[in-house]
Amino acid sequence: MLELLQKKLESVFRNLRGYGKLSESNVADALREIRLALLAADVHYPVAKQLCEEIQKKALGKEALAGIRPGDQFVKIFHEELVRLIGEGERGIRPERPLRLLLCGLNGSGKTTTAAKLALWFRKQRQRVALVAGDLTRPAAREQLQRLGEQIQVPVYSWPDGTSIETVAQEGRIRGEREKMDIVIFDAAGRLDADAELLEELAGVAKLWEPGESLLVVDAATGQVAVKVAEAFAAKVPLTGLVLSRTDGDARGGAALSIQRVTGIPIKFLGVGEKPDALQVFVPERFVGRLLGMGDIVALVDRAQEEI
Amino acid sequence: MKTFWRKLVEKFTPGAGEKVDWEALLLEADLGLALTERLTRLLSDEGLTRKPREAEERIRQELRRILTAHTPKVANPERPEVILLVGVNGGGKTTTAAKLAFLHGKEGKRVVLAAADTFRAAAVEQLEMWARRIGSRFVAGSPGADPASVAFRAHLQAEEEKAQLLIVDTAGRLATKSNLMLEAGKIRRTLAKRDPEAPHHVWLVVDGTVGTNALSQAAEFHRAVGLSGLIVTKLDGSAKGGMIAAVQEELGIPTVFVGTGEKVEDLESFDSERYVEEFFGG
Ligand SMILES: Nc1nc2c(ncn2[C@@H]2O[C@H](COP(=O)(O)OP(=O)(O)OP(=O)(O)O)[C@@H](O)[C@H]2O)c(=O)[nH]1
Ligand SMILES: Nc1nc2c(ncn2[C@@H]2O[C@H](COP(=O)(O)OP(=O)(O)OP(=O)(O)O)[C@@H](O)[C@H]2O)c(=O)[nH]1
Ligand SMILES: [Mg+2]
Ligand SMILES: [Mg+2]
Repeated sequence: MLELLQKKLESVFRNLRGYGKLSESNVADALREIRLALLAADVHYPVAKQLCEEIQKKALGKEALAGIRPGDQFVKIFHEELVRLIGEGERGIRPERPLRLLLCGLNGSGKTTTAAKLALWFRKQRQRVALVAGDLTRPAAREQLQRLGEQIQVPVYSWPDGTSIETVAQEGRIRGEREKMDIVIFDAAGRLDADAELLEELAGVAKLWEPGESLLVVDAATGQVAVKVAEAFAAKVPLTGLVLSRTDGDARGGAALSIQRVTGIPIKFLGVGEKPDALQVFVPERFVGRLLGMGDIVALVDRAQEEI
Repeated sequence: MKTFWRKLVEKFTPGAGEKVDWEALLLEADLGLALTERLTRLLSDEGLTRKPREAEERIRQELRRILTAHTPKVANPERPEVILLVGVNGGGKTTTAAKLAFLHGKEGKRVVLAAADTFRAAAVEQLEMWARRIGSRFVAGSPGADPASVAFRAHLQAEEEKAQLLIVDTAGRLATKSNLMLEAGKIRRTLAKRDPEAPHHVWLVVDGTVGTNALSQAAEFHRAVGLSGLIVTKLDGSAKGGMIAAVQEELGIPTVFVGTGEKVEDLESFDSERYVEEFFGG
């Protein structure tokens, strides 16, 4: 008798509390909103679709939390999962020294600026750093790096017009060793993913330079083509990480998620401004907050959970 | 070689070949959410979702309609014609300034290139090298100088030298930096002080690999400086500049030129017919 009453009470209670379990129907609206948020953030369509399917599968059937709408709870679960997924991979910089870095990417993506930012970052850690002016194509590319090097007090290795890129790579390596640098950063020229010849040239540079870290620099505003671009570079250079530049703009940076999901290349740094100190290490939680733009709901669910 | 569009169609037509996922396809072509949703609704309203050929023709028609909706303003100024180039960082402003100078120089015009980017490291040197290569005149400000005053001085010099064209290259700025956006507005107003008709063109330079953010870039720059056209660069890559249509449809800003390479001659007038043809791969 008592047992029966208790059961009855429990079920009334559950109804009062609301919803029982997360189901396809009670999370449908939230799922749609998440999907649109991902697409509006330029997440590669197949990636957005797959993430929605996978994470939904994981969430369905979970007990609904008291006082929280299932849709909101689902947003929270999605957020957590995404933080976990986007943080996958080795995000640190290799510890062995000397370390040679190679920066590559599309034209204008932010390589040269990032090279200076990284140099300053390492210098602040009391490492001996040098920069190699490896862009022999863009007018005044070497002057740009030189100027940045002066600003941050880091030596720039530069060779005159007419020097081959192979020579720059070889000589840069020798000079870095001779001057006992801990870190030497090679700033390569920009090139488009459709340019087979220039990609081949980059492969050649990578063979001579033998980088311990090769980072792809990608603009946060890059559209659906991001995955294709990353794959084209990854086919020529053993990429070890991604730098997402210009995250101080209003682009949400879905390109980074897409690239990381499809190629497995971890996101390591964010560019947050034009100045040499405007570099941040990648923090998955913060980034997902920006990408989904649903931080309010997540905070709400967090608070409700704490109160229980 | 299979075209960009063909590859997309294949990718989103599952095995048996029946139904194309139009939403996916159009999104992946960077047409943006709003335009994509409008187009897919149009296809389903007209019962074309399961008829790939007809649907494609319909989209083609729609894009053509959107893109040909403009008649370019022909300036015929007494004083130097002024082009002001603006845009976010790294889009290709400086290179495009050089390309425009080359194009007009070839037509026999006297061109002045003004380096009003006094912020980025070696931005002045970059444009100066181009000016030397092309043989245009060149005016620059010293590092940290007020870009509006550089533009002012350049206009003065362009008039003195009886130049027909002045092209002002500015620093890259993100729309989130309100002080920099105000600065862009000031450059425009300063030029207008020299000549009420100037600048005759204010063109936004957008990187063709940019996705949905292109629309926000165009909207913000339009609000801050008032745009008369769009230049889409780096179309020699894999991206096909899908956002051109979205920007035209939502903001009424026409594309005037496209950049197709790093060399000075790699600039083409925008031709909507040809663009649509190339978008679909003929
Ligand atoms: N606001 C902002 N601007 C950035 C950031 N990173 C780079 N930039 C700017 O983007 C523009 C292009 O940067 P660069 O470092 O010259 O790009 P790049 O990849 O070396 O260009 P190429 O060598 O021509 O291929 C410059 O105006 C930089 O100041 C960033 O994180 N935020
Ligand atoms: N492949 C290709 N590269 C281009 C094109 N237009 C510009 N670039 C390259 O893109 C990079 C950036 O171009 P810039 O002209 O310096 O860009 P910007 O907008 O002046 O950059 P900031 O002044 O730093 O904001 C350079 O490496 C150019 O060579 C194009 O149409 N195709
Ligand atoms: Mg560079
Ligand atoms: Mg520039």
